[in-house]
Amino acid sequence: MFILETRDITKNFGGIRAVEEVSFKVDDGAIVSIIGPNGAGKTTLFNCLTGITRPTKGTIHFMDKEISKLPPHSVAELGIARTFQNIRLFTDMTVMENAMVAQHTRTRYGLMSAVIRSRPFKQKEKVIREKVFEYLELVGLEEFTDTVAGNLPYGSQRRLEIARALATEPKVVLLDEPTAGMNPFETMEIMELIRKIKELGKTVLLIEHDMRLVMGISERIIVLDHGIKIAEGAPEEVRNDPLVIEAYLGRETPH
Amino acid sequence: MSRSPFLKPLLIAAWAALLFLPLKNIPSAAVVFASILSGLLLVVVVRKTLHPEARKIGRAAAGLGEKFDPLLRRFRFLLLPLSLVLFLVLPAIVKDYYLDVLVMSGIYILLALGLNVIVGFTGLLNLGFAAFYAIGAYTYALLNTKAGLGFWPSLPLSAIAAAFAGLLLAIPALRLRGDYLAIVTLGFGEILRLILNNWDSFTNGPNGISGIDPPIVGGFSLGTLTPYYYLVLVIVILSIIIIRRVEHSRIGRAWIAIRENEIAASSMGINATAYKLYAFTFGTFWAGIAGTLFAAKMRFISPESFTFMESVMVLSMVILGGLGNLYGAVLGAFLLVVLPEVLREVQLYRMLILGLGLVLLMIFRPQGLIGKTGVINR
Repeated sequence: MFILETRDITKNFGGIRAVEEVSFKVDDGAIVSIIGPNGAGKTTLFNCLTGITRPTKGTIHFMDKEISKLPPHSVAELGIARTFQNIRLFTDMTVMENAMVAQHTRTRYGLMSAVIRSRPFKQKEKVIREKVFEYLELVGLEEFTDTVAGNLPYGSQRRLEIARALATEPKVVLLDEPTAGMNPFETMEIMELIRKIKELGKTVLLIEHDMRLVMGISERIIVLDHGIKIAEGAPEEVRNDPLVIEAYLGRETPH
Repeated sequence: MSRSPFLKPLLIAAWAALLFLPLKNIPSAAVVFASILSGLLLVVVVRKTLHPEARKIGRAAAGLGEKFDPLLRRFRFLLLPLSLVLFLVLPAIVKDYYLDVLVMSGIYILLALGLNVIVGFTGLLNLGFAAFYAIGAYTYALLNTKAGLGFWPSLPLSAIAAAFAGLLLAIPALRLRGDYLAIVTLGFGEILRLILNNWDSFTNGPNGISGIDPPIVGGFSLGTLTPYYYLVLVIVILSIIIIRRVEHSRIGRAWIAIRENEIAASSMGINATAYKLYAFTFGTFWAGIAGTLFAAKMRFISPESFTFMESVMVLSMVILGGLGNLYGAVLGAFLLVVLPEVLREVQLYRMLILGLGLVLLMIFRPQGLIGKTGVINR
C-alpha cells in the first residue's frame, strides 16, 4: 500500500533543472532515505512534496489525493510534516509554544471562545498541551518546555524541530538532514528516535548524509544526482550500485 | 573586532551637541557636549577599570536580585489590584489637566495595542495606522451628525468599519512584504487623509466635523472629564484582557509563528495569508474604537488629527515599549503621551529630548523598554 507517490516530478529554477522527472513510491509505514551529493535536488524535492514550491511538471499523490498544487498549510493539514535543513524554529517562543503551534489544524476553536475563555477553549488548550508534551517527551525535551527555543543548544533545536513536526500529527514525516552537525553519539540518538517514530505508525522520509545512519535504518534508499534519480532499492543494492559509487566518489583512477 | 569603547559616547555626545546648536549658541552646545561625554565616559571607565573582585560583587548582587525575583513575583498579584485602585481614585486626586492627558493616553494605548497586533505579533510593518483611527473617528462623527446615531450603537459600527477597511487594504497589500507593505500602508494613510480633506460635501473638508455628541448612559452624559476618564479606563482594560486572551490562544500563536518564520508556520498548517488578514482586521478594529473615543471626546474632528506623524507616533510607542509585548505597547503609549506634557516646561527642547531619548533607547536597548522577555510577560 503506497502512501506517497510522485510521478515525473520536475522542478526548474530558470534554466536550472533542480529535479528532473523523479518518480518513486513510498510504502505506508516505511523508512525511506533520499541521498545524494550536495546540490542533487533533495531539499527541492522535499519542498515540492510539502507545497513550499510547486513542481514545474509532474504530480504528487498522497493517499490517492493529488497534492502537487496545494499550498503548504493544506499539505500539512492532510498529514505531511517536515523539518528543515537550516533550522526554522520560532526562536522567540518557548519550546512548548513551538510545539503548540503545530496543533493549529488539529485542535480548533474560534476567536470568541478564546476571548471568553469558554469551557471548550480550556479543555482544548489542555488537550493541546498534553498531546504536545508527549512529543516533547519522545524527543527528550520534557524538561525544557519553558525554555525559549532560540536559547536551546543546537542538538536540542534539531530535536525540537522533530517534535514540532510530529505534533502536527502527520502520517508522513519528512526529515531534512536531522543529524547535520551532530556528533556520533547524538546521531545514534536520532537514529533511535526515528525508529520510535516508525513505531508510532508513521512513514518517514529522510534526507541524510550520515551513511551509517542511512544504511542502518532505511528500508529503501533513493539516490539523486543532479536532480535525476540514479538508483533506488534496499540499502545493500544501493551500496553496491556502481552509479551511486561514482556519484559520491567519482571514478577510480590509479595513483 | 576591537572598536574603541569610547567611540560610542563620543558620537552620542557630538550628535546631541549638534542638535542643540541651532537652538542656542555655540558655548551651550559645547556644555552639552562636555557633560554628556563626561557622563558616558565615566560609565565606560568605571565598567572597564572595575576590579575583578568588584565585578564579582556586582555579579553576586545580581544573583541576589534573582533570588528576590521570586519574592517580587509572589507579590506580583498585588500589582494589578493596586494599580486598578490607583487608576480608580485618580480623578479625585489629580487636576483636570492631568486627567485630560490620561484620557488621551488611554486612546493612544488602544491605538498602540491595535498596531502591536499587526507589527508586533505578526511582523507586518504598517505606516498608515492613523488612517484606521480616522475611519473610526469619521464613522462615528458622520453617523452621529448626519444620521443622529448615538455613541453606543456607533462604537461597534465604527470599529467594524475600521476593521473592514483594514481587511480591504490587506487583501491586495499582503502580497507584498516588509518595506513594500510599509510603503503601501503609508500611501493608504495619505490617500485617506487627502480624501477626508477634499471631499467637502461629505466630510466637510479641512473645516472638520463639529457638534459630535458625547456618550450618554441612562440619560446621563459622559461628556465631562471624570466620567469620560472612567469610560476610557474601562474600554482600555477590556481591550487589554481581550487582546491578551487572543494572544495566548491558537490565533495569537499563529500570528507570532508567522512573524518568527513564515515558511515554518505554513508547514505547520497555518494559512499564513488568512492569518495575516486576521491580524490586520483585528488590529485595525481597535483603531476604530480609539477613533470613536477620540471623536466623542473632542466633539470635533478634522483631517489634521490623522496625519502621517500620528502613524509614526503610534509606531514609536509600540517600538519604545517593546515590539510584540502587550504591556510594552501600553507603557510606550503612556510615556509618549505623558512625557511631552511633563516636558512642557522646557517648551523648545521637549521634542528634542524626546527624540534623543528614543535614539538612545534604540542604541542601548533595541528590544524596547520591556522587550520580549520582560518580567511581567512571563
